[in-house]
Amino acid sequence: MMQMPEPDPTVLSRRQAIVTALRDAVAGAVIDDPAETRAYECDALSAYRCAPLAVVLPRTTDEVARLMAICHELGVPVVPRGAGTSLAGGAMPTADAVVIGLSRMTDVIEIATGDRLIRVQAGRTNLSVSGAVDGQDFFYAPDPSSQLACAIGGNIAMNSGGAHCLKYGVTTNNLLGVTMVLMDGTVVELGGPMGEGPGLDLLGVVCGSEGQLGIVTEATLRILPKPPGARPVLIGFDSSETAGACVAAIIRAGVMPVAIEFMDSPCIRATEEFSHAGYPDCEALLIVEVEGTAPEIDEQLALIRDIAVTFDPVEFRESRSEDESRRIWLGRKSAFGAMGQLGDYICLDGTIPVSALPQVLARIGDLSRDYGLSVANVFHAGDGNMHPLIIYDANAPGDLDRAEALGADILRLCVEVGGCLTGEHGVGIEKRDLMTTQYAAADLEAQMRVKDVFDPNWLLNAAKVFPLDVSASRRDARPNATPHAA
Amino acid sequence: MRPDSEAALAETIRAAREPMSITGGGTRLRPGEGQAPRLDLSALTGVTLYEPAALTLVVRAGTPLATVHQMLAAEGQMLGFEPGGEPGSTIGGVIAANASGPRRVQAGAARDALIGVRFVDGQGEIVRNGGRVMKNVTGYDLVKLMAGSRGQLGALTELSLRTMPMPPVRRTLCLPDLEAADALPALTAALVGPFEVSGAAWLPDRGALIRLEGLEGSVAIRATGLRDRLSQHGEVAEVDDDPWPRLAWPEARDGDGDLWRIVCRPGAAASILATLPRPVSLDWGGALIHVRLPEGELPQLPRFEGHARRVTGAAPMVLPAPDPMTRRLDAGLRRKFDPRGIFLGAD
Ligand SMILES: Cc1cc2nc3c(=O)[nH]c(=O)nc-3n(C[C@H](O)[C@H](O)[C@H](O)COP(=O)(O)OP(=O)(O)OC[C@H]3O[C@@H](n4cnc5c(N)ncnc54)[C@H](O)[C@@H]3O)c2cc1C
Repeated sequence: MMQMPEPDPTVLSRRQAIVTALRDAVAGAVIDDPAETRAYECDALSAYRCAPLAVVLPRTTDEVARLMAICHELGVPVVPRGAGTSLAGGAMPTADAVVIGLSRMTDVIEIATGDRLIRVQAGRTNLSVSGAVDGQDFFYAPDPSSQLACAIGGNIAMNSGGAHCLKYGVTTNNLLGVTMVLMDGTVVELGGPMGEGPGLDLLGVVCGSEGQLGIVTEATLRILPKPPGARPVLIGFDSSETAGACVAAIIRAGVMPVAIEFMDSPCIRATEEFSHAGYPDCEALLIVEVEGTAPEIDEQLALIRDIAVTFDPVEFRESRSEDESRRIWLGRKSAFGAMGQLGDYICLDGTIPVSALPQVLARIGDLSRDYGLSVANVFHAGDGNMHPLIIYDANAPGDLDRAEALGADILRLCVEVGGCLTGEHGVGIEKRDLMTTQYAAADLEAQMRVKDVFDPNWLLNAAKVFPLDVSASRRDARPNATPHAA
Repeated sequence: MRPDSEAALAETIRAAREPMSITGGGTRLRPGEGQAPRLDLSALTGVTLYEPAALTLVVRAGTPLATVHQMLAAEGQMLGFEPGGEPGSTIGGVIAANASGPRRVQAGAARDALIGVRFVDGQGEIVRNGGRVMKNVTGYDLVKLMAGSRGQLGALTELSLRTMPMPPVRRTLCLPDLEAADALPALTAALVGPFEVSGAAWLPDRGALIRLEGLEGSVAIRATGLRDRLSQHGEVAEVDDDPWPRLAWPEARDGDGDLWRIVCRPGAAASILATLPRPVSLDWGGALIHVRLPEGELPQLPRFEGHARRVTGAAPMVLPAPDPMTRRLDAGLRRKFDPRGIFLGAD
């Protein structure tokens, strides 16, 4: 079980004064009725909940700046929130915190297709960014599966990825600039054309900082011309090792698929039962998708076929129509839903070097047997970002603890083979206490120094990312809240 | 001082009492840099790991860029961000300068290919961030912060990079008759179409240059479509040599006067060019302008999004002056990573 720090009693005792100050600053934006703040008590890591002191839903950068200045002055912790789809507990409040939510900040500020960019308010959803430029035949590349709901500000905070990042990169590779409000209410502009500012790459360190350095209110994003078409193939293998080796061979050959997705047999069987996509009953399966005009797609798929046959696939199914493409993706896209049918699950997110894939899959199999919990694997194979799903029963006493322990062992394994704890979901509270398995004290100290510069009082989302004992001295050094002198 | 190991480097930094200038090959120094006694990292050479099938290279910072190029080429791979440089250039210098060539429009910059770092900070502490996998959001991304930090935050000792397969076919179309400003609409047309352009530039003696890379059939199809699209902008031809290395190193230290580097939105490039003499080169579809001005002269630029920097000449100069809020953050980070002010660099 994850611990959270005790709420600051001084802050709690001045709750009414704080709410009044926020209301005076931005009318019509403050929620403090406990019946309503409940809606903000968790994100998609829903096993952990805590209602905040209040929620504020501003509409402009200026309003965010005013709210932040007040919280700063009153010594009130702040938790930024986009759409609350974080799987790591990144947006989970503490009882003494004000949640600043960006759900009302959804405007498109500028579209410049000639400069291949769009500028939006950070509360806009990922999918509706692409939607805004769809008519001009452009799209925004990073596409987390949660894209219908998740907000660009959340994507930036988590440096989110998606199915197509093998070719197009993750959020940080598609982010050109942000307007951000610091904890003291200062507004800064980071980045610039090509993502480049005149000084240090502050934009680079802000992206992925999990809402600990500032609240991003506006973002300039790179958009790309839509490819003429895309087509997947499905390749089945009689062992995970062979599938892993085939992935490496495809990447090595210089074809650049937009996606290489991997599913193992527990996952194939579960999805087949759930979605009837017509997948072969085999040990491992790859879905490889390429883009271009029809002849370009044919050329790439021919090359992929030449490579795949040398690995004796049990099946090589090339899509011949829109409908067949849809069928090939159907199982993959319903994989998480299918797992939900098997029970409650924890979704891990470690990354490993692609070369370690066979070894890691075998070790996960062993661990799964040791713990007596089933694990299904479905993930982005091209970049080694694994999503092992641990199936457990939330109603069985002790099952969640056991599942979390198994999860921690799998993540330690990822680090041990040269990978990392999280490839795209972020640390949040979920992986916070494992950080010391990947980073030495000096490594964490260097990261915390960055926060010291942006948020010297450690008021912003401070109970996340760093193990609580590691960040304790900084959080405890918070100056005592001073009365608001408005 | 030229330490030959990370441990020796850390020791040197801990013992230092005076400011030092961190250098690799010393080939990319800009005004204001390299003035203090040099902390020369060129002895930290060698490859820690190269896994072509995982597109991963881990290399020590002093390794010559040429050695990296050769080693990757032997496996049919390359650095996607296409850094150029002079003989003696090291991979650490490339990263510290975030030196990125024409393919940035397609494959990203040096900072995008960098997936892990080791460095020694101003207290002599060894710090590791990132790792050797492409997808990694574990903790803050100091990797990006260190890329382009020009030795102001720490001495880079080891770098993990994502490599790229070399495309089997590479073709370059040109519109030789276009002057810089007239080339801009052609470059934009190429970049906003479905052509997957891997270079969109202009050189005074070559006109507009647009590169396509990939499988043979695919490049042929895109070249036909692109020719068609570009024909309304002028006569389209194909070049038979390779003009791109010149664009990958536009800061060549020859020529008179001061070299200026301007980063802007392509849409603003025409109004900027109108205030300047004929440029040395355009790249990134017009987002990067290099121009020579008489020694000491400042460009009279219109208001624009972006910045201009003097990269050769007397004193450091950035226009417009960076805003005080971001400067404060930059200065704060420098103080945190180098509290004693050991690493001397330009502002
Ligand atoms: C079904 C499902 C599928 C998913 N698939 C993927 C996937 O494929 N790839 C992937 O990478 N992730 C995925 N996720 C995880 C999640 O969607 C991403 O992390 C997403 O970016 C979170 O965005 P959000 O707006 O919901 O942020 P929230 O959950 O509201 O917040 C996330 C973090 O960002 C901070 N934050 C939010 N907005 C701001 C802001 N404006 N300024 C500063 N900090 C801010 C918060 O404090 C918090 O730390 C998935 C989640 C679900 C539930």
